[in-house]
Amino acid sequence: MPRIVVLVKYTPDLTGDRHFLPDGTVDRGAVAGRLSELDEHAAEQALQIKEKHDGWELTYLTMGPDGAVDALRKALSMGGDAAVHVQDDALHGSDAMATSLVLAAALSRLGFDLVLTGMASTDAGMGVVPALLAERLSVPQITFAGQLSVSDDTIEIIRDSDASTETLVTRMPAVVSVTDRTGEARYPSFKGIMSAKKKPVQTWSLADLGVDPASVGLAAARTAVLSVTPRPARTAGQLVKDDGEAGRALADFLAAQRFI
Amino acid sequence: MAQVLVVVDAADGSAPKPALELLTLARRIGQPAAVVFGPAAEQAVPTLASYGAAVIYLVEDPAMLSHLVVPKVEALQQIAAQVAEGDGLAAVLLTASTEGKEIGARLALRLDSGFISDAVDVAAGEPGSDHAVVATQSVFAASFLVTSAVTTGVPVIAVKPNATTPTEEPTEPVVQRVSPELSAAALATEVTHREVRGSSGRPELTDASVVVSGGRGLGDPSQFEMIERLADLLGAAVGASRAAVDAGWYPHSNQVGQTGKTVSPQLYLAIGISGAIQHRAGMQTSKTIAAINKDPEAPIFELTDFGVIGDLHQVVPALTDEIIRRRG
Repeated sequence: MPRIVVLVKYTPDLTGDRHFLPDGTVDRGAVAGRLSELDEHAAEQALQIKEKHDGWELTYLTMGPDGAVDALRKALSMGGDAAVHVQDDALHGSDAMATSLVLAAALSRLGFDLVLTGMASTDAGMGVVPALLAERLSVPQITFAGQLSVSDDTIEIIRDSDASTETLVTRMPAVVSVTDRTGEARYPSFKGIMSAKKKPVQTWSLADLGVDPASVGLAAARTAVLSVTPRPARTAGQLVKDDGEAGRALADFLAAQRFI
Repeated sequence: MAQVLVVVDAADGSAPKPALELLTLARRIGQPAAVVFGPAAEQAVPTLASYGAAVIYLVEDPAMLSHLVVPKVEALQQIAAQVAEGDGLAAVLLTASTEGKEIGARLALRLDSGFISDAVDVAAGEPGSDHAVVATQSVFAASFLVTSAVTTGVPVIAVKPNATTPTEEPTEPVVQRVSPELSAAALATEVTHREVRGSSGRPELTDASVVVSGGRGLGDPSQFEMIERLADLLGAAVGASRAAVDAGWYPHSNQVGQTGKTVSPQLYLAIGISGAIQHRAGMQTSKTIAAINKDPEAPIFELTDFGVIGDLHQVVPALTDEIIRRRG
């Protein structure tokens, strides 16, 4: 049976006040989390493929702390068959390289024909994990899809790149990331929410995946934070109420900054 | 001196401004060496030479444009190996575009290196320190500056446009043609159609030094003419909020924000944009931010160096007239 795996991430609510911990990692416990909204678009596209083509199985995969299972349940309430939560204390502080190592190991264990992801996480937001997964799994990547169609073993997407609009074609198995341009994600129905509670969610450790704990987490990071400096608040900026002269005042400001 | 590879995408034969910024930054670390991709790469040589590229590698294989990302990764991997055996490789710098970040991450994995993305500055490390290269990033709505270094392997760093002002430093470069050996996997994702968007005659949004953006506060799509007029006076690119794009007022290719373009200009002028978190994610590292909005509670004012609370339909024409008057 062909399988789609949708990667989801449990991310801090962006409107919360975010901080660093003393070890230079982001304090992920300080702010309430949720299913990253950009991942909902990937779930929606996967559900549409499942509806259009018979026999596809849809599994969600996440890596993260205890709360991450909430993101899986939320996704399962939209639809889909099962979910896997990779959880291990050694994962704290993992960078994109380590994250892709663990997710690639989990994907290899699951087996897949198509991996769908959001365009980026809403927190770290580098947007490189899909490319790194394709590299590690030796399968094609197509990223930032704005439209997506699947037929037999071929995937075609259309995307807006920096200077052009492109049509890209590849064969499965492949890793594909989708943008919000693919369309709104559905809201979970009451029935969906009730049935999500009964869908199987497995928890895998690094030992289950055969990943050496020393190859992930903060200690394995290939980059190191040297300093973290809070920026002076921008509230020192001038704020004027227009009394008919604000256009001129703004021109004065732009002239002082040598923009005009 | 060890070389710093600077990745230059010359699809149309010209060297984009962010590449000239990278060449300027590269001089701080080692000898700038440009890797230029595209069948017309040779046309970019004179410009790259005047911005300090001591060595220029031309990779003219059409696969660089006809297939996604991996051909460039394989070419860079082969050039990096050649340089490491010769002068030595100090770092690889790329532009932090979506493609630049993907190439950088995949290359770092192949070189067994660390990767830093979205740097707003790059410098040589303190003499005697463990780190040859230090990158600065701006995070959490630009509320923190973080410096970091790659601790394993050759640093691979993707740098945001406008991290520095390009300065000329004429060289007589050594030009070398490179024909990389591409694997079958490199040709897995084919670009079957590419439609280059018509040029507006304005700077590229992601490269521009000045960006003037409009949002739903304009009230009407025709009001973007007012934004374009102001942008042209300032030599600026035109941006739009997601709300304005979703309403069909301006093309998606001009959207600034989390799901659109990320910009980091010297000046960002937000007009009729409330400043939702998704918009701020795309512009918060701008050096100077000004806004015009009628709502004094608009979150955009938390970021502004100069904010005007008022009717944009009065303030923008007044600003435009004032700029024209001052220029006589």
